[in-house]
Amino acid sequence: MQLNKYFTVLFISFLLPCMVNAQNLVHGKKLFETRCLVCHQADGGGVPNMNAPLDGSSNVVGNNIARLVRIVKEGYSEKIPLDGYYYNNVMTPNPDFKDQDIADVLSYIRNSWSNKASKITLAQVQAAKRKK
Amino acid sequence: MKHLKNFFFLLLLTIATQLQAQNNAGLTLPQGFKASLFADTIGSARHITITQNGVLFAKLMYPNKAGKSIIRLEDVNKDGVADKITGWANYGGTGIYVKGKDLYATSDNDVYLYQLNDKDEVVNPLSPKTIVKGLIAKNQHASKSITLDNQNNIYVNIGAYSNACQEKDRIKGSKGMMPCPILDSAGGIWKFDGSKENQVYGDGKRYATGLRNVVGLDWNKETNSLFVMQHGRDQLNSFYPEYYSDAQSAELPAETMYELHEGDNAGWPYIYFDPYQKKKILSPEYGGDGKKEGGENAVNPAVFFPAHMAPNALLFYTGNQFPAKYKNGAFVAFHGSWNRAPLPQEGYFVAFVPFKNGKPSGEWEIFANGFSGLSGEEKVMNPRKAKSRPCGLAQGPDGSLYVSDDSRGSIFKITYAQ
Ligand code: HEC
Repeated sequence: MQLNKYFTVLFISFLLPCMVNAQNLVHGKKLFETRCLVCHQADGGGVPNMNAPLDGSSNVVGNNIARLVRIVKEGYSEKIPLDGYYYNNVMTPNPDFKDQDIADVLSYIRNSWSNKASKITLAQVQAAKRKK
Repeated sequence: MKHLKNFFFLLLLTIATQLQAQNNAGLTLPQGFKASLFADTIGSARHITITQNGVLFAKLMYPNKAGKSIIRLEDVNKDGVADKITGWANYGGTGIYVKGKDLYATSDNDVYLYQLNDKDEVVNPLSPKTIVKGLIAKNQHASKSITLDNQNNIYVNIGAYSNACQEKDRIKGSKGMMPCPILDSAGGIWKFDGSKENQVYGDGKRYATGLRNVVGLDWNKETNSLFVMQHGRDQLNSFYPEYYSDAQSAELPAETMYELHEGDNAGWPYIYFDPYQKKKILSPEYGGDGKKEGGENAVNPAVFFPAHMAPNALLFYTGNQFPAKYKNGAFVAFHGSWNRAPLPQEGYFVAFVPFKNGKPSGEWEIFANGFSGLSGEEKVMNPRKAKSRPCGLAQGPDGSLYVSDDSRGSIFKITYAQ
């Protein structure tokens, strides 16, 4: 009984978030593969001059979460240099993405290839959208 | 033991093919051809052009590290490698074309004319004449490619700032606009006077329409007509998964070569060309389902190639150095695809199509391969790993063929020596 309780506490406080987290990344990966990979490529390297790389991008692992949320939701084509280079293509918006989808796909691209950055939570996405 | 022997044999074979590749600047070519690196890391070299004295000019997509965007390359000691490299201008762009001592270059909005002296040095690097100005350049298909005919008319590609002329570009479910309003000012080839200054849209003529985006174009001196290579549309399966699978979308539509006469219409955005059905198929944005035909009034392609390979240059070979088969035939530089992912990418080579009496006379074939730097049959999976991407073509006065690359910034020189 005591042990059971112990496990429940452990489960709720540690394992469950871990599992949710892993699940979010799996979902994020799936979204990436169906909606982003065609342009940003399997290695996140993008296409020179055409589609920006996500791997190694200072913005992708940076702290301007509101900008990342906006890009995924509304698409992007600002023609300003990203880490010193311009990209000619136009990124498709994803108006059908729910806030959780945005959080998951962002968490995935911030933690894939050589990228290592904090995951994005649902609350962060909602806060970012309020700010706008 | 036998395994070991096989292993060594394979090893030797690999080394031998690698060495051979190195001998030809990494390229694989038909028997008798040789390639050398004429120049390297000059910047994002888009189109190239060569004077009668053999001086090569390259237009860079962006200014290079030295801040220059038109590069002049000369091989003074004639050893096959440029040894005098200079540059000027600070605007990015794709188009460049020399005719006698007139050197035309483009930004994404304008066409400029520079004067060369008898040594093919630029006389007015800071004060070119503006031939055409104010062309539309929105954030896709903005580059302007150019060629001239024998009467000093200049043909300028104005790409459509759209994938398929949807009400909302690249949004799933958004319908195609009817008629497509983009075609008034883009999505075609415009003709201007090559010597008149400060021309705007109204001074030119829409020579041909219904072309999504053309990067490679050339005036065929044998037929005295314009030929262009169109970049076909993208994302059939992202928007219409009910009609197209991933695999079909990777193979559709064809990249098409058209011979164009004044007033011709190639059909974009209403149709695309299906290389398997060999038909003009109604675009799904306009009610198509992958089978319904359309475009009764649209011209048929002269040649079609597999999808998405991005033909960035077209050149009709008029030299005498290469074997007779190549005379008046078309070389096409394929920049290489990216939108076939997750399937392996295609292109990254220069193709050849034989022509006889101004018409294609045989199947297209790969002429120069290996630009990606990958060995043998290995395909490009991730475009950023490709070492070089062919983008421009030019023919030297001695009949050598030059290929530019906007990724690493190399210029390859291809010669024939029996
Ligand atoms: C049609 C091609 C395309 C698709 C599909 C696409 N993108 Fe993009 N993406 C681009 C291009 C092009 C840019 C750069 C645009 C510019 O610089 O103007 C970009 C930029 C970005 C950036 C900004 C990078 C930086 O360094 O600031 C992020 C983040 C991003 N994309 C994420 C995604 C995600 C996540 C998806 C899938 C949900 C996605 N993209 C789908 C083409 C695409």
